[in-house]
Amino acid sequence: MDLNEAPFRENRPPEEDDLPVRRNEELLLNMGPQHPATHGVLRVVLELEGEKIVKATPDLGYLHRGVEKLCEGLTYQQIIPHTDRLDYICSMTNNFAYVRAVEKLLGVSIPERGEYVRTIIAEMQRIVGHLFWLGTQALDIGAMTIFFWTFREREVLLDLFEQICGARLTMNYFRIGGVNGDLTPDVIGKLRDFLKTFPSKIDEYDTLLMNNRIWISRTKDIAVISAEDAVNFGLTGPTLRGSGVYYDIRKVEPYAAYAKVEWEVPLGRNGDTYDRYWVRMQEMIQSVRIISQCLDRLPDGPVLTDVPQVVAPPKEKVMQDMQSLIHHFIIFTEGFRPPAGEVYCATEAPKGELGFSIVSDGGPKPYRLKIRSPSYVHLGAFDHMARGYMIADIVTIFGSYDIVMGECDR
Amino acid sequence: MNPEIGQIIQEKFPSEFVGAKEFRNEITVSVKPERIVEIGRFLRDDSSLAFDHLSDIFSVDNPGREERFEVIYLLNSILYHHRLRLKTGLREDRCEIDSVYPVWRAAGFLEREVYDLMGIRFRNHPDLRRIFLPEDFDGHPLRKEFPTEGKGWRNTFDFLPTEEPQA
Repeated sequence: MDLNEAPFRENRPPEEDDLPVRRNEELLLNMGPQHPATHGVLRVVLELEGEKIVKATPDLGYLHRGVEKLCEGLTYQQIIPHTDRLDYICSMTNNFAYVRAVEKLLGVSIPERGEYVRTIIAEMQRIVGHLFWLGTQALDIGAMTIFFWTFREREVLLDLFEQICGARLTMNYFRIGGVNGDLTPDVIGKLRDFLKTFPSKIDEYDTLLMNNRIWISRTKDIAVISAEDAVNFGLTGPTLRGSGVYYDIRKVEPYAAYAKVEWEVPLGRNGDTYDRYWVRMQEMIQSVRIISQCLDRLPDGPVLTDVPQVVAPPKEKVMQDMQSLIHHFIIFTEGFRPPAGEVYCATEAPKGELGFSIVSDGGPKPYRLKIRSPSYVHLGAFDHMARGYMIADIVTIFGSYDIVMGECDR
Repeated sequence: MNPEIGQIIQEKFPSEFVGAKEFRNEITVSVKPERIVEIGRFLRDDSSLAFDHLSDIFSVDNPGREERFEVIYLLNSILYHHRLRLKTGLREDRCEIDSVYPVWRAAGFLEREVYDLMGIRFRNHPDLRRIFLPEDFDGHPLRKEFPTEGKGWRNTFDFLPTEEPQA
């Protein structure tokens, strides 16, 4: 029998080894990639001390499809449907951002009605995006009712999108030089009806959340980021404005019809999750203002510009007119050739600054196309924002970025 | 926009300046890669420029040129609302550049993407690993010699059924 066994020890003074030691090691926890609150397939490796996050390492790439590489082999028009699949919640804005970059490279301008229609569509998409964000963010935190309420309103707008372009998710509605089709009087009427009731619906959401004790304790002072850090990490959109930084591309580099209507940029103060929620709610109200003014001032005229080298002529003309037939044939077999050069064009998407960089060598396909997606840049600040918070706050922080992995991984 | 930005950089860093041009109201300034961090810090801290926001970093592959790779920094000033495209060229045998992470922390993820897809190494980067592709991936897909269809690994995936289906 070993003399060091327990019965003999009781008569000795306790040694260091015998005392119960508090374990003080860090726990490594894997979260995802198949987690319902990661809005796609994102894996995070968490280093924990108790319930506190010491370090959070995002692991991306589960949705990487190589869109940038694919685009190098496609003509400029063939790329538009690929942009739908980046941020699949807000495909209209992706189309918009891409066609704006190509139009900048080509130097074509859009008819006035086209600009107004684009503004209306982009703001409808912003409402859809923010409603989707609100519903899922609340669902992640534990409030289920609001999810059904926001999806009720989202449905109305998606039905309108279906009427406008025939699709509900991957719209492919924007064209280089304008949009695919005009808004019909029926669509405008339905949109006006929606705008009449929607502000009261926002108030309804607020009754559920604004003063809700659980909502406040889960979002107030969670994932705080100072204005200086937010700028340094390259954050954009509502995530940056929640920290009180005035940066909205629609205001500082106005495009489409944004300079012609009156609206304001809501700014947060504390840079916490609650402020980002508040900013998004206010943005929906501003979007309603923008759409109503655009509908009131909607001018007559075409929605697609008339540059035959770039924009395909209407089908009726192709069948009758030799010149149109030639242009149609060249656009759909070779594509058009923009001048050689490099452009970067940023658009305010619901999630932040969505930018397309195009490097053109003068050929019908882009030599290099780079997508600056807000979700990807935001995720770069994730570790910084998550440190020191509880493990339960992780889903709140993801939600607070309004992250979509299709755009993040590309 | 500040069209004299090229002159300002030329005066401040005469040995680094390569050229400046304008296209579609966008200013591009080309510099040599050696002192990129110093140039970045100057652009960020100079009170009349204040490029405090790094929008994007990406790279372009130009096979056949002496400086095969271009690394492009898209800078933005939240304060003054102007933008700048800062460009630098790298030779294939020395495709390494200092990380601008100490200047803009947004570079942390953006440089990892460039490293992953184009194979440009960033010195002094705190965590330079592949970000989209698996660690053992062979090659850098955004290089022009990499085929868009892949190199045929699809046929070697072990989870795909290799046996003949039973009739």
